[in-house]
Amino acid sequence: MSILGPGWTALLYLVAAVCFILALKGLSSPRTARRGNAIGAAGALVAVVTVFLAAKLDNIPLILAAIAAGSAVAVPVARRVQMTQMPQLVALFNGVGGGAAALVAVLELGHSEDPWVRLAVVFTMLVGAVSFAGSAVTVGKLQELIGTRPLLFPGMPWVMAVVLLGAVASGILVVFSGSAGWALALLVLGLAAGLLLVLPVGGADVPIVISLLNAFTGLAVAASGVVLGNVLLLVAGTLVGASGTILTKVMASAMGRGVAGIMFGAFRGGSTAGSTIQSGRPVRSSSPEDVAVQLGYAQRVVIVPGYGLAVAQGQHTVAELATALAARGVEVVFAIHPVAGRMPGHMNVLLAEANVPYESLRELDEVNPEFANTDIALVVGANDVVNPAAKSSPGSPIFGMPILEVVQAQQVVFLKRSMRPGFAGIENELLHDPKTTLLFGDAKDSLAKVLGAVKAL
Amino acid sequence: MDPVTLLTVVVLAVFVGFEVVSKVTSKLHTPLMSGANAIHGIILVGAIIVAGQAGDPWLLTIALLAVVLATANLVGGFVVTDRMLEMFGGRKNARTPGRPRSGAAVGDRVDGAVKGAGRGAGK
Repeated sequence: MSILGPGWTALLYLVAAVCFILALKGLSSPRTARRGNAIGAAGALVAVVTVFLAAKLDNIPLILAAIAAGSAVAVPVARRVQMTQMPQLVALFNGVGGGAAALVAVLELGHSEDPWVRLAVVFTMLVGAVSFAGSAVTVGKLQELIGTRPLLFPGMPWVMAVVLLGAVASGILVVFSGSAGWALALLVLGLAAGLLLVLPVGGADVPIVISLLNAFTGLAVAASGVVLGNVLLLVAGTLVGASGTILTKVMASAMGRGVAGIMFGAFRGGSTAGSTIQSGRPVRSSSPEDVAVQLGYAQRVVIVPGYGLAVAQGQHTVAELATALAARGVEVVFAIHPVAGRMPGHMNVLLAEANVPYESLRELDEVNPEFANTDIALVVGANDVVNPAAKSSPGSPIFGMPILEVVQAQQVVFLKRSMRPGFAGIENELLHDPKTTLLFGDAKDSLAKVLGAVKAL
Repeated sequence: MDPVTLLTVVVLAVFVGFEVVSKVTSKLHTPLMSGANAIHGIILVGAIIVAGQAGDPWLLTIALLAVVLATANLVGGFVVTDRMLEMFGGRKNARTPGRPRSGAAVGDRVDGAVKGAGRGAGK
């Protein structure tokens, strides 16, 4: 019951592949991003309709039911997820994609006689399984279901080495024998490798790992294209693999890190591990009224939003505070660290949701020289991104990460929930600086109180 | 597929992949990652093919599981990316208030915020 001939099928797959290229291109620029995404979705629709018309398929009602079930789960979750939890969701979707690729490869093993095709099967299974298990760990870390600190046990590099050697050995056996038993062993070892790869990564580096695993899944999909002799899968997977690799490198350099350092740093001796020492040194705490006076009579205020703001859903309140201060003649800008929130660009999404005007957002390079003539730096729920240890102490796990130099401002006000260290798990010297005051409490509550006090000035 | 054709396709796709994302601003890293993530959900096509060829009930079950997972990746990925970008779109409305897209209340708030910030910058 194939309606389309091979020529038409190839042409329609080409249309879909071009749509994916245009989608990635569009997503690279703010003006065209949304249209780009829509073009990608249209390409996917073309491809799925084509496969139904082109291949001789049995079980069509069951397949349609499975598609309906997948959409019924994914769409409401994607629609309703809070924007703070979006990184987890992206990681989750990436993981299930990797899992799907691995399953497809397992099922094709029986149809593959050629050793080269079997090699592609082995690659898809291994990389898909690594991506699935690794993504599961990143979701756990981001949801804080498991500790965000790097998880290490003695002898871990050896276990990793044994797992990888075992995976290569069973992969070779699958290529030459096509045995289902060894294929199962390969899947299990791939899952173990994924766990071992991501568990030692420190919390602050998790976004980069998600991007890397995204590229992995792309490669697995490309290999599955070889397995099935499907050019669209090959092209789409390779595109994602290549662009994902570049994106991972760009993200890592925005954080001042190398990708290899992130993946293997913990193995080499805890360079991504955080200090566990929390000093009992005194800090200066303040009241909402005092903070309001400081802000209300300042000339220039720079607000540094962080993940704490996002968790407390305080983005609307901080936007109102900025408007109230602007109405008093205070110059207010937002300083956005490239990795503020949990992912690069995450904070821009959150503030956009709260209708903070684009014009008042400043990127790191723009805003750093301006801190010296800033009266107040108001740090809301951020910690690691303003930690001077990144510049001053070479032993620190975040050393080398570009930071917002709030330390240059005349005065610094932190809105913080507690003295708990940030996601990287290290203490912030700035909290004890004489020009720093702290207002403890949930970011949204604190902001609302400060806002009330500013309006009463 | 002929191995040389295969290699040609792969090499060209690698270069295109490198090229299209090389100049992206850090603001768009998250949506771009999410969009790329949705694109590899096209493994759904592979999952449909294996499900359509599976005879044995066990194999069919595994294949259908792959279809469900791949659909979640593909559909969920595009929807969540669109949601992220919709918020960026809110800003476009702020510059062109003549075309409010997401309701009057939101549009009003955007205008208010812009005016406030404009006044602040003016002083």
